[in-house]
Amino acid sequence: MALRHAERVVPPSGPSAWLTTLTSAAMAFLAVFALALALASGRLADRWTEGLANSATIRISAPADQMDRQTQAVLDLLATTPGVASARAMTDEEQRKLLEPWFGPDLPLDTLPIPRLIEVTQDAAGYDGEGLRLRLAAEAPGAILDDHTRWRVPLAVAAGRLRILGLVSVVLILGTMAGMITLAANAALATNAQVIRVLRLVGARDAFIARAFVRRFTLRALSGAAMGTALGMLAVAALPSADAAGGFLTGLGFQGAGWLLPLVLPPLAAVVAFVTTRNAAFGKLREMM
Amino acid sequence: MIAFDNVAYSYGGAELLSEVSLQLAPGSFHFLTGPSGSGKSTFLKLCYAELRPTAGQISIFDRDVRSLGRDDIARTRRRIGIVHQDCQFLDHLPLAANVALPLTVAERDTPVQDLSDLLAWVGLAHLADALPPSLSGGERQRAALARAVIIAPDVILADEPTGNVDWEMSLRLLSLLVELNRMGKTILVATHDLTLIRTVKQQVAARVLRIRNRRIQLAGADL
Repeated sequence: MALRHAERVVPPSGPSAWLTTLTSAAMAFLAVFALALALASGRLADRWTEGLANSATIRISAPADQMDRQTQAVLDLLATTPGVASARAMTDEEQRKLLEPWFGPDLPLDTLPIPRLIEVTQDAAGYDGEGLRLRLAAEAPGAILDDHTRWRVPLAVAAGRLRILGLVSVVLILGTMAGMITLAANAALATNAQVIRVLRLVGARDAFIARAFVRRFTLRALSGAAMGTALGMLAVAALPSADAAGGFLTGLGFQGAGWLLPLVLPPLAAVVAFVTTRNAAFGKLREMM
Repeated sequence: MIAFDNVAYSYGGAELLSEVSLQLAPGSFHFLTGPSGSGKSTFLKLCYAELRPTAGQISIFDRDVRSLGRDDIARTRRRIGIVHQDCQFLDHLPLAANVALPLTVAERDTPVQDLSDLLAWVGLAHLADALPPSLSGGERQRAALARAVIIAPDVILADEPTGNVDWEMSLRLLSLLVELNRMGKTILVATHDLTLIRTVKQQVAARVLRIRNRRIQLAGADL
């Protein structure tokens, strides 16, 4: 006949119940996307920073009758350049594919003055970029070294900032959730003012009363966030894959162990709810009596 | 148990009680009487530290109320059973859980047999599973009394406990309080019903305190 758990002293229903669960679910759903954005941006930044940093392109613009000679001269020069691991001239087919997004599949490559591209991969030690430029100017006047720095650095910086933005979004979402739960907890405490009066009258300590609310709100936040996280992960999984459509946005998602990261959100939401409800409860109880 | 030393209490600039000095000795039975609005409820609230005096000193179980923190007050109230005229319950819980509430908040086990015996003692055994809103005025008063005594308090304070019940039920409630007093509990009953006081005084050696002009006096033969 006696009560086994403190939280039963608080009436079970009320608008704060579904508000807390719904808020936690919505915020967790958004947090999953913010997390996916942060991880995808991080991968992109890493790729642009590390992957492309090891490669460079030499573009040869020369009259058609000199193109093959200058290409061979550049390849010979690269073969004797310290720090160059490999170098190869791209085939017409590869160049056509590169240009296809802009000019379509039927590009008559042989009739257009398209520069020849040479892909250069450097070894761990790397080559002397300035020295290579000088040697190219001497051996093949139409060859220009592009080490990707000009466009790679700002893109990598942008991707890095996008990653920070994603993480800041997760923090803001958790902060918003804390605010909403505080409001809901205060509303629940105000609604149950009579219950609290009765409890104080029969000798309940603030810690006991607060525990009744804290346990309830923590469980609601945990269950809501679990639902929101599950839905968010399903939605991320349902996004088109990068292979299917290509491009940055389709790379949004989790990879490998990254899928475990959203699972941190429900316990994190529970911790946020625990701390905010506890603070709200003790503050409100001090105000009430 | 509870001692007032030259206590005054003011609210909103008006003095409600003044120069109150008295002691509720262990095992004593006191009535507190006076017209409505004379300060009976205020006096009781001072007794269980719901209010703090604006002057003088109140000691509850040998501790100055001004030195009591919020947790101390909670622990003190576990030694004081309180019965109000408009006794409030947790309406979503059955009667038995409401009666056991002082033990629940003290995080102590509630022996089922003790709870059943207590409900039988106040004549509410058959209503153990009923929700408070379904109870009559007399049943609520008896349930409040059961809730007040379940934790075996040293003192029981009752504020107009018979205000909402008929004469027969009033006598029954007071006889329960007399029974508790015979078991060694200190009892203070605030009531404006002088006939009830006269009737009960035939059963127990009770002292009658009267509030007059903000002061509390021992009532004499003019009662």
